[in-house]
Amino acid sequence: MAKKPRVKLPKKAKVGDVIQVKTLASHNMETGNRKDKKGNKIPRLILNKFVCSFKGAEVFSANMHPSVSAHPYISFFLTAKESGSYEFTWTDDNGKTMSVSKDIAVS
Amino acid sequence: MNFKTITAAIAVVGAGFTLAACTMDGKSSGGYAENPYGDDVWSGYETATPETRAMQDDDFENPGMPMYDAAEVIYNTADGEAGVSCADCHGAVDDAAGGRKGIPMKGVAATYPAFDVEDKKPINIELRINKCRTKYQKAKPFKYESDAMLGMTGLIAKQSRGMPRMTTADNPSDALNPFWKKGEEFYYQRRGQLDMSCKHCHEDNALNYVRAEILSQGQSNGFPTYRLKWQKPGSLHRRFRGCNKNIRAQPYGYGSDEYLALETYLAWRGRGLPIEGPSVRK
Repeated sequence: MAKKPRVKLPKKAKVGDVIQVKTLASHNMETGNRKDKKGNKIPRLILNKFVCSFKGAEVFSANMHPSVSAHPYISFFLTAKESGSYEFTWTDDNGKTMSVSKDIAVS
Repeated sequence: MNFKTITAAIAVVGAGFTLAACTMDGKSSGGYAENPYGDDVWSGYETATPETRAMQDDDFENPGMPMYDAAEVIYNTADGEAGVSCADCHGAVDDAAGGRKGIPMKGVAATYPAFDVEDKKPINIELRINKCRTKYQKAKPFKYESDAMLGMTGLIAKQSRGMPRMTTADNPSDALNPFWKKGEEFYYQRRGQLDMSCKHCHEDNALNYVRAEILSQGQSNGFPTYRLKWQKPGSLHRRFRGCNKNIRAQPYGYGSDEYLALETYLAWRGRGLPIEGPSVRK
């Protein structure tokens, strides 16, 4: 949970436009299968959930498992209906969350 | 025994052929020694899959970028007993005028490794950063393969994006020439349990498959690179160590003289290739 995740989405859109949202989190996503130099298993610690919500309502979510590689890149499409701010939240195995919010102006 | 002499004879004849091809078109090297690839120098970008290339081309999707952005914060933060930041002397990292001291970051990656007049040996970007840190910032040096160091070298490489490598180390009157020669010796020297040299993969077999990988020319213009295998950015010396371990040779240390000489030589072998900013490789 070192750096803030990056989110890219268009600043402006027209009503009904399909917009592409791109997100890139910075996280090592330890699967729990790797071993350190002494031979001990490095404990699992991954981001297991990603949620995108708009005005409190969830519009997109993803459950991630150890198969997802480090620095997960998630990209998806949404239909722009009204102006507002999108909230992006990543949750890890320990329950810690990271959040980023981005505004969009829809005309 | 017969085989050895035959292959040696073919190698000599083959080398003769490539040399002849080079002299016909002087613009390939422009220097004093003939580039073994002649005109045909290409970056590992060409053998990467379209998906990998897309990741590299998009600054947002490049998985190493968050580390390089974090390094920009380090660049602008005062550190060490002297309490100065990189920006205090060099200006903003993308300042082409180079700030107070007039030494911009733009072009650095394309002209390094350089000859360090103090230590009288090649110095690469990693060691140069640590020199600035210890000498001018009076701060602790970064560990060679630490996130901070990788981020900084990536950030500096990004400033030279697209600029071609134009080293003159093959010129006998260049101060780097003896190290260029050492690097050339290293490149062609067999080593390790598998008794192979760099040329066996990267010169003789470039574009052939080794297991599931297409061999590139082993150029260094993309470094530091985010290697999908490593799941993090890595330096050129890390790759050297990996290559040496692959042929079951004892790897040299990060920042070692052997690898610095090799890095000097490799910069010449890739003469003309553009710095790729931090690249993405398999």
